[in-house]
Amino acid sequence: MSENQVPEEIQESAATEAAKLGIGTDEWVAQHEERIARKKGIKGLPQLINESIPAWARWGVLLLISFAFGAFVDNQYLLRIGVNLGLFVMLSYGLNIVMGYAGLLDLGYVAFYGIGAYGYALMSSEQIGHHWSTWLTVLIIIIGTALLGYIVSLPSRRLFGDYLAIVTLFFGQVFVQLVLASDNITFPWAEDYVDITAGANGIPGIDPFSFFGHKFLNIRDYYWLLLVLVALLTIAISRVNRTRIGRAWRTIREDALAAESMGVMVNRLKTMAFVTGAAIAGLAGAIFAAMQTAVFVSGFDMPLMTMIYAAVILGGSGSLAGAVMGAIVMSVLPEVLRVTNYSEILFLAVLVLTLAAVGKSVKRFTINIVGIALIGFLVKILLGAASIKTTPTKEWVVGPVSRALSHWMYVPLDRVLWGNCAFVILIVLIAYFTTTTPRIKSILLPVIGYLGIFLWEVRLVTDVNTTRQLLIGAMLVVLMITRPQGFLGKARVEVL
Amino acid sequence: MSYLGQQLVNGLTLGGVYALIALGYTLVYGVLQILNFAHGDVYMVGAFIGFFVMVGLGGPLKPSVPVAVMILIMFLVAMLGTGLLGIVIERFAYRPLRNSTRIAPLISALGVSILLQNAALLLFSANIRSYDTSSYISSTLGFSFADITIDGVRLFVLVLSIALMFGLARWVNGTQVGRAMRAIAYDRDAAVMMGIDVDKVIRWTFFVSAALAGAAGVMNGLLLRGVSNGMGLVPGLKGFTAAVVGGIGSIPGAMLGGLLLGVVESLAQGYLSTNFSDTITFALLIVVMLLKPNGLLGKRAIVKA
Repeated sequence: MSENQVPEEIQESAATEAAKLGIGTDEWVAQHEERIARKKGIKGLPQLINESIPAWARWGVLLLISFAFGAFVDNQYLLRIGVNLGLFVMLSYGLNIVMGYAGLLDLGYVAFYGIGAYGYALMSSEQIGHHWSTWLTVLIIIIGTALLGYIVSLPSRRLFGDYLAIVTLFFGQVFVQLVLASDNITFPWAEDYVDITAGANGIPGIDPFSFFGHKFLNIRDYYWLLLVLVALLTIAISRVNRTRIGRAWRTIREDALAAESMGVMVNRLKTMAFVTGAAIAGLAGAIFAAMQTAVFVSGFDMPLMTMIYAAVILGGSGSLAGAVMGAIVMSVLPEVLRVTNYSEILFLAVLVLTLAAVGKSVKRFTINIVGIALIGFLVKILLGAASIKTTPTKEWVVGPVSRALSHWMYVPLDRVLWGNCAFVILIVLIAYFTTTTPRIKSILLPVIGYLGIFLWEVRLVTDVNTTRQLLIGAMLVVLMITRPQGFLGKARVEVL
Repeated sequence: MSYLGQQLVNGLTLGGVYALIALGYTLVYGVLQILNFAHGDVYMVGAFIGFFVMVGLGGPLKPSVPVAVMILIMFLVAMLGTGLLGIVIERFAYRPLRNSTRIAPLISALGVSILLQNAALLLFSANIRSYDTSSYISSTLGFSFADITIDGVRLFVLVLSIALMFGLARWVNGTQVGRAMRAIAYDRDAAVMMGIDVDKVIRWTFFVSAALAGAAGVMNGLLLRGVSNGMGLVPGLKGFTAAVVGGIGSIPGAMLGGLLLGVVESLAQGYLSTNFSDTITFALLIVVMLLKPNGLLGKRAIVKA
């Protein structure tokens, strides 16, 4: 009997397997879902949530929220944030096509945005005295940037990977340098110099958009325009992504050589990706110029480029929802951080979450919190006993959180010096922390936490811009190490 | 004629600085095939270290040690400091990504670059500092022949950069680490199988590459350019251009590319247009890339699937 037991079981399991699969279904295909790499526990949660919500529901909710935002919010500042978000989403979409789908590393992408903005500025301001119709200008810009995208795409036929990144990077730099230098050109046939772009001074007094006699004077007009554009782009790009063009793009990204031998027109498709991305960026630039009514070349340089890249990569390159998410994080979060009240609360929340994630258990978490509190009191008592001069409480308290902390935190008189020391020590400790043994780690963690709070209150809260940049830089490095595919991207294996 | 000669001398000095930066890019690329975008910011850190060493030794006006010793200490400390920084950057931003996708180290490097720039902004504020070289090195130092003057600082920078390049060439060709480095650049898997400690060699590579950038940073300060947190971007790009023009991964290529770039830039400034010299430089790069995608001295890469 026992001899027959085993085969029967196997037969049974095989039968259920077959029933699950259905006739004519490949086992490999059927198990596809199970083979996708998922992290266990809390780390896999974003992915799980992402996969369990249907796409239409997600986009529908997003559309409703943005609709309500446009209809009911009257605050000009909030609307401006909304418009910036819209522009950022457009840029992320464009880059998502070039880098996310086609896998072309275009580090000069932001130049198309700048060209769109400067193109609009030149055709509708007093700079060279043209005030052309919005229809014509926008059309010229879209076609012009698309053409430029075509020209920039030509090197991509010969250059791969890093080399393409280099050439496009220099394309971006050439744009910046040309705009900077074109305020003082002397042509051989003319005596006087010509000022085309006004150099670093930028071009002010740009006309707003004007369609069918309606001038876009209110920022809300731009909001609606962007909402419609982004909605159209979302539909268009997600549909294109499902056609053979989209599939071919992704094939090129995975392996251009194999794609070519399968009959994919690699060069043509690369060009197509470049052209589409460039045209989207150009259009966004024109809207930006019209909304802002002034353009400065410094706004189209490397910092913005990194922000857009960060947005696309954060969300997950190759995913539209990811691009939106990344754009929200990259363009709204800085505004939130600008308000010190929010930034303080946000910082504490992040700190607590980090402690919880690193500590892993409730016990360790409590120990860490108590440890931080103890260190704080100890430092206050010790330094208080040494009677070192402190900054008066009212000078550094900026919100409810720091008011609460003021009973605990010791703030020396020279905040810049001590803050800098804390910054350096903190970096050294974090570096040491990642390489040391668990025992030392558990001792170090409260110290790092305390130094973090100290640094934040003493130095960073008052210097939002630097803080933001520091956070973005750290986030890029950490994200690449922990989750290179971004939050909503799918992990893939690169064949080398 | 003398004008041309003068421009050539200036160009060679500038080119020496570019070549040192370019060598850093090329060394790292040769070994790891990653573009170290944070290199320009390491150069910035080097310039800052040099500045603070100078201030620590009593400042430009009344240094506590002889000027020659002060400059020597500035170079040594800056090179050591940036070298260590290079090791730290490699450990935290690149080593975890060694088997990752091609794009990951690039983005990570962008992150490091932002971090370094803003850390410098936070620590040293946005003030532009100056080495104030002319107050302790007389401008009449140096020599001239046939109407071409080369002042002491330029001569020193030129000689030192050439000396460093020779030193590097000796290091790469003559030492065991250098040999191991070339082996890894040639075929990392085979090198591992031969018992080469890859981590150690990569650490050395980053140390040397960053130390060269640090030296270039101090030279830049001595040549009387401002020291500030954003100073790394353009020289970083130029050094990078030089590395690419010469053929990235090739050490003689980086030297050639650096000197060439310096001369072209200074000739463009002298004869064409001061405003457009950077545009001309970058346009030159694009042309070289299109005609010779592997650079002047680079080897033809074979695309492997």
